Amino acid sequence: MALGRTYSVALVGLNGYMVEVEADIGQTLPAFVILGLPDASLNEAKERIRSAAKNSGIPLSRRKITANLIPASLPKRGSGFDLAVTMAVLRAANDIKPTGNTVFIAELGLDGRLRPVRGILPAVMAAVRAGYPEVVVAHANLAEASLVPGATVRGYRTLARLALDFGADPQELALDFEPDDSGESGDGGALPGPCPDMADVSGQGDARRALEVAAAGAHHLLLTGPPGAGKTMLAERLPGLLPDLGDHESMEVTAIHSLCGLPSSTVRLLRRPPFENPHHSATAAAIIGGGSGLPRPGAASRAHRGVLFLDEAPEYERRVLDALRQPLESGELVIHRSAGTAAYPARFQLVLAANPCPCGKASGKGLDCTCTPVMRRRYLARMSGPLLDRVDIQLQVERVSLTDFGQSGAEEDTASVAGRVREARSRQAERLQRFGLETNSQVPGRILRGDLRLASAATRILDQSLERGVLTARGYDRVLRLAWTLADLGRRDAPDTNDIGQALGLRQATAAAA
Amino acid sequence: MKSKDLLGRRGEDLAVGYLEALGMLVLERNWRCPGGEIDIVALDGDALVIAEVKTRRSLDYGHPFEAVGPEKLARLHRLGAAWCRDRELRMPLRRVDVVAVLDDGGGEPLVEHLKGVG
Repeated sequence: MALGRTYSVALVGLNGYMVEVEADIGQTLPAFVILGLPDASLNEAKERIRSAAKNSGIPLSRRKITANLIPASLPKRGSGFDLAVTMAVLRAANDIKPTGNTVFIAELGLDGRLRPVRGILPAVMAAVRAGYPEVVVAHANLAEASLVPGATVRGYRTLARLALDFGADPQELALDFEPDDSGESGDGGALPGPCPDMADVSGQGDARRALEVAAAGAHHLLLTGPPGAGKTMLAERLPGLLPDLGDHESMEVTAIHSLCGLPSSTVRLLRRPPFENPHHSATAAAIIGGGSGLPRPGAASRAHRGVLFLDEAPEYERRVLDALRQPLESGELVIHRSAGTAAYPARFQLVLAANPCPCGKASGKGLDCTCTPVMRRRYLARMSGPLLDRVDIQLQVERVSLTDFGQSGAEEDTASVAGRVREARSRQAERLQRFGLETNSQVPGRILRGDLRLASAATRILDQSLERGVLTARGYDRVLRLAWTLADLGRRDAPDTNDIGQALGLRQATAAAA
Repeated sequence: MKSKDLLGRRGEDLAVGYLEALGMLVLERNWRCPGGEIDIVALDGDALVIAEVKTRRSLDYGHPFEAVGPEKLARLHRLGAAWCRDRELRMPLRRVDVVAVLDDGGGEPLVEHLKGVG
């Protein structure tokens, strides 16, 4: 009975499922059949495998080859199964020794080289979780696969070398073929440049302070102001203020980027929070994820544990902005498409930037503004109430004044602000640990008004605002969250009247405009 | 006779020898009808065997077996039925075999045999 059995991993979103590959060689006319819901690129594997095996010196059997991918009901896509199918077929023909529980994930070139595939990190993570720690990948994927703790990863450049290690006859193998894969493993594709420094921002004391508070408490942020005020400049400097990602977070982020990137673009763990800055013409599918067949992650998921910056927010389609309400609430995006459902994490910090009106001049006295009041209202109303309700800090940014602009070089740099942010974060983490939370922005109102209740003397202004109807109950909680962050930044154990006053200021800055 | 026909002829001779060595009784060779040609008709015990012989000099253009596609198989089944009608025979056990002959001119030709394909 000629039967070969190997293992591989099928990815559905970020979740990997073990796939068992069996191959059988039947005594009948030559054919190659792949069973188990293969997609087009997996069906093309037949031709790749035949050529690759022949050019490696171990031609496939001239009989009917049936490869079956189990579970049959799980849709399988992509070229990553090439190697597992090949090894199963070679085993069925008794060309190699049994491969045991080794997992094979690589694409084959016609010349018999192993090529890297996308999403190797989540795939190897799944294999390790499922109890299959031994993994064979293309050499260009080796660095990325090795990031997974607990995995025993081997990388090969050619099928011939791999077959040799599994006991194929060295006489026949094309072992002198050594492809150069340096172009594929590269330096990890486009490495993000260093984050721009806060020292470049002249003046803008309020905005700098708001940015620091946003970073410290992971609060969402809206910046409104005229063109040229520095909204984009400020937003780009936010990721630099955020602390490094922890081990778990950085695996999550790297896994998403491994899935989106070029097959070999991730070779190191991403330790810095990502920054996504989509153009305002982006569709809902581009932002939240989508695509035909199995949905792929969008900008919101790529910004997971980092910053999603929507410049010119009112220019986005309204349904695109509103699609963000779900991930803002749950930190996850579940997308349904014909081939299945994928859940991608999307716990990002949202930064919105907007002009005050279509012409952009309605700041200060707004004398140059050519917009009618109705136009102005409509413009900002494109960011819906429910969305803005989730944005803790709403700040008006004014054009920088000449006096501030002149004295450049006197501003604080990113490193010192980031230091305060780090300290504030650790204070929060310590206080919120018993609730299972990490940052002030996550604290539900129940805890704010329960276990973390402040003295009534401190909250007097808030209570008055609530009574007068200036503040809603939800707004009340948001001010409290900000006040806690301000207290953490000021190394106070609890917010005082001053913190609450400041928090109200950060919250209401655009109340007049909106 | 062209050399490719000679090669085919030699291959069929080899195949007949091979099948007879397996204990089959060859009834007829190169039976033709408007629907096509059967290379070998033989009897294997109770079963009627319709055998198609494919001869190649080398593997450069693929294995001889690969030249037998689904269309050709269907034709062979049809021809088998036609042969039985022609001879007014009832043969409930009928199968199609393929014999591949690899004859590179030097040394012993390689004969491979697939029973009951398709």
